[in-house]
Amino acid sequence: MNTEYGGFDFSTSLAGASFPSPIFTASGCASSGKELAQFFDLSEIGAVVTKSVMNKPRHGRPTPRMAETPSGMLNSIGLQGPGIDHFLANDVPWLLSKGSRVIVSIAGETIDEYSVLARKIRPVQGISAIEVNISCPNVENRGMVFACQSDTAARAIDGVRKIIGGEIPIIAKLTPDVTDITSIASSVVDAGADALALINTVLGMVINLDTMRPHLGGKTGGLSGPAIRPVAVRAIYQVHNAMPHVPILGMGGVASGRDALELILAGASGISVGTASFGDPTAIPRIQRELHALLVARGFTSLREAIGYAHRASEEGRQ
Amino acid sequence: MSTINKSAAQITATILSNKRIGAYHQILLSIGDLASVCRPGNFVAIAVGGESSKMILRRAFAISRITHGSASGGAMELIVAPHGSGSRWLCAQPEGSDIDIVAPLGKAFGIPTSPVNALLVGGGYGSAPLFGLAEVLKARGCRVDMLLGASTGSKIYAPLEGKRSASTLKIYTEDGSMGERGRVTAPISSLIEQGSIDVIYSCGPMSMLRAISDLTNGTDVVHQCAVEESMACGIGICMTCVLPVKGEDGAVSMLRSCIDGPVMDASTVAWDLVGKTPPAVTP
Repeated sequence: MNTEYGGFDFSTSLAGASFPSPIFTASGCASSGKELAQFFDLSEIGAVVTKSVMNKPRHGRPTPRMAETPSGMLNSIGLQGPGIDHFLANDVPWLLSKGSRVIVSIAGETIDEYSVLARKIRPVQGISAIEVNISCPNVENRGMVFACQSDTAARAIDGVRKIIGGEIPIIAKLTPDVTDITSIASSVVDAGADALALINTVLGMVINLDTMRPHLGGKTGGLSGPAIRPVAVRAIYQVHNAMPHVPILGMGGVASGRDALELILAGASGISVGTASFGDPTAIPRIQRELHALLVARGFTSLREAIGYAHRASEEGRQ
Repeated sequence: MSTINKSAAQITATILSNKRIGAYHQILLSIGDLASVCRPGNFVAIAVGGESSKMILRRAFAISRITHGSASGGAMELIVAPHGSGSRWLCAQPEGSDIDIVAPLGKAFGIPTSPVNALLVGGGYGSAPLFGLAEVLKARGCRVDMLLGASTGSKIYAPLEGKRSASTLKIYTEDGSMGERGRVTAPISSLIEQGSIDVIYSCGPMSMLRAISDLTNGTDVVHQCAVEESMACGIGICMTCVLPVKGEDGAVSMLRSCIDGPVMDASTVAWDLVGKTPPAVTP
């Protein structure tokens, strides 16, 4: 892997989990990897972050589930999935057999469900990290978005920490739809999150002018794509500034190496690419190549030197 | 490498020709060796809008026909209605333009191994894949009858095309401006009763597919329909294009129309649940 990048050290780590490249899939945008395997070798990217899985199989929300918007899209899937038992028995072994590093994303309807999921994941060998999605906007009741409040966010993370804390790195996935993301971030870190995933989609709505009603079956949806990239850069910058030692998996509208570099400079140690794969099945390996070239062109000798550089540069009074 | 999208590739294809035919554009793309793995019913996902496009998603088009053996290798024919911003962009691309395509995608129509009587039913913009299908069926010795319907005559794609590909062609328009006045589903009941069809292949709006499905329900006629659901990716990762489909045990699952379709056995689709949430999963 390293030979591919010459003398450049492209590796990264998230709370002790190591990856040869900082470019990952984003949860919910790569299913469980099989679909993209036709287009590139899953072992050549940093990791596959699987679609958030719940304890039981789930149908998700009614169609229409998608609306394209300028430089973005709304989705309203509602966590459709096979349930954790099927997922652990089929999808994880398949990914590991392909040499892929696996970050399992979990979502719960209740605080307890997160603990149940963690208990089932604990005995499974080979999982690099667990992403605890406490911020999916596509659920029946917005009150279920645990990441909107510090206390519920912390309780969900605490439930997972009690089961697998110290064994598998815990990444808490947060929403930018809050007044102060740094206070939520600090609560989940205090509760045992080893790293943070920033940002989930931004809640939005499209009204269909033919029907003059909300277009999506679930009415609201999560906005993703380049339209939300500045929101991601801002959230990562704020959180890295407040907690520079907490690793961040950055995501939100990354469609090129240049976009990935922007999030890394803001403070991200790894980058998840989501919506870009919908429009370009080879976006992830392309972004990986572009990012490598941009880092080399700027005189960095390792990815690590670039993480959070935007903060240091301003301290040193550079542009 | 994978069992999903197993023949698909992302390539740069050159537009060999782009002709306006009535309300449609017939676009021919040079696709080289990829032609050998494209089947009737497969679709192509095309990046639209160029480098600085605000349109981030590909547009899916049914492959109308595949031709082999021209000087530049295989070619793919698309029939596109310049309807939305993406299809308008595609229809405006001149001959010689290079476009980014992913193909072939999706499940193709099942082709019978022995000759059968096939009825091909196309509605509005949905008739495109039927022309290539008709040729493949005729080459297998099938009798191919075609019904095309639309709200008005200008939405019937090149009626002569249909005549060339099928043994018989009947056209229905709701305003009576071409062919017979009425819906394309009108003659199907009596054709089924006469026992003159074995298989119906359909493509068009969901309401038409459902109506045909109601007519074939309880008969021996096999109905393969190509569904149209809006999709973001076309390759199975976005989960937006799902349809409720009954499994062998009768349980309904939300299947992706991009990889488990677009061609589906119409008798397995839970039409009454389309656009709704099926009952909770009982594992």
